[in-house]
Amino acid sequence: MIALIGLVIGVVAGLILEPSVPVVLQPYLPIAVVAALDALFGALRALLDGLFDERVFLVSFLSNIIVAALIVFIGDQLGVGSQLSTAVVVVLGIRIFSNVASIRRQLFRA
Amino acid sequence: MTETPTPSPAPVRRRQSGWRRLGRAFLPRASRAQAIVAVLCALLGFAVVTQVRSTRQNDLSSLRQDDLVRLLDGVTRQADLLELEATKLRSQQTELESGTDKNKVAQQNAEARASTQGILAGRLPAEGPGIELTVYSPSGTIKASTLFNILEELRNAGAEAIQLGDRRITASSYIVDTAGGVIVDGTVLTAPYTYLAIGDTQKISLALEIPGGALAAVHALGGSTSLTPGTKVTIDATRAPSAPQYATPQPVNKP
Repeated sequence: MIALIGLVIGVVAGLILEPSVPVVLQPYLPIAVVAALDALFGALRALLDGLFDERVFLVSFLSNIIVAALIVFIGDQLGVGSQLSTAVVVVLGIRIFSNVASIRRQLFRA
Repeated sequence: MTETPTPSPAPVRRRQSGWRRLGRAFLPRASRAQAIVAVLCALLGFAVVTQVRSTRQNDLSSLRQDDLVRLLDGVTRQADLLELEATKLRSQQTELESGTDKNKVAQQNAEARASTQGILAGRLPAEGPGIELTVYSPSGTIKASTLFNILEELRNAGAEAIQLGDRRITASSYIVDTAGGVIVDGTVLTAPYTYLAIGDTQKISLALEIPGGALAAVHALGGSTSLTPGTKVTIDATRAPSAPQYATPQPVNKP
């Protein structure tokens, strides 16, 4: 419940403040968002499995973001930034799908 | 979050426990776990909104350098192609314009030729410097042959358009004697006979008045004449030329 309230607060803050993304962060923010989504779904799945731990969630959330951004940063330095960011999005997308499938199985047995 | 699932208990109980766990998690409790999750969720929401906004605002500034370079390349290539096409179309336009110019010149030439030949053939009215000659025949002694002599004299003197009475004189005109006067091209004319001729005024006057010439013949027959040169003689009688029945143009062999 508090998590949902936090999400709503974040969205409202974003709408009100209308922040502009710094140029340096522009390539990394979309990747970071996808990585955070992956962490969120992973946390939900762990919650349903009865394995949720806020410390693991915090670490995985932050590390997901940092690693994803780092991979894209290294890719940019190597000149394969767009390809690597595509790769990161694909992998995270697959993980999100498998997490959602697991959640679905837990909740609906289907 | 790749923890392996715990070995599954009985299915029905698991399903119950799944929903129950979810429900319990949603209960508002002031725990450290809830606070951390809320903060992270707020962060995520904020980031999502920010990213969506920036994507909507300007789709170019969020692209990376490679993509921009590729985009620029594509645009440049397309611009080159369009420029090439524009050049081609422009040259085509020039060609078409010069073509219409040529057509216009040809049409003007044709019109000029048509008017020249129309005057010569008697199809068009004409005006210009010329003479007006009236032949009086008080005793009816002036016959067609005399009138024809005057006509020949006018032609020899270079008259370009000739009118006798109200008839335009052309190459096929004829003059025939009758009781009341003469017939010119099917119309009866009576004295006095009036000639209108366009041409070199001086030359025509000289040719007519030459001793022993056409006018002298009229005087010898008892008639009288009045010759008036003018700077503007108007010949408004016309004659529609009939299409040739037997003669067709011979093909011109161009060198």
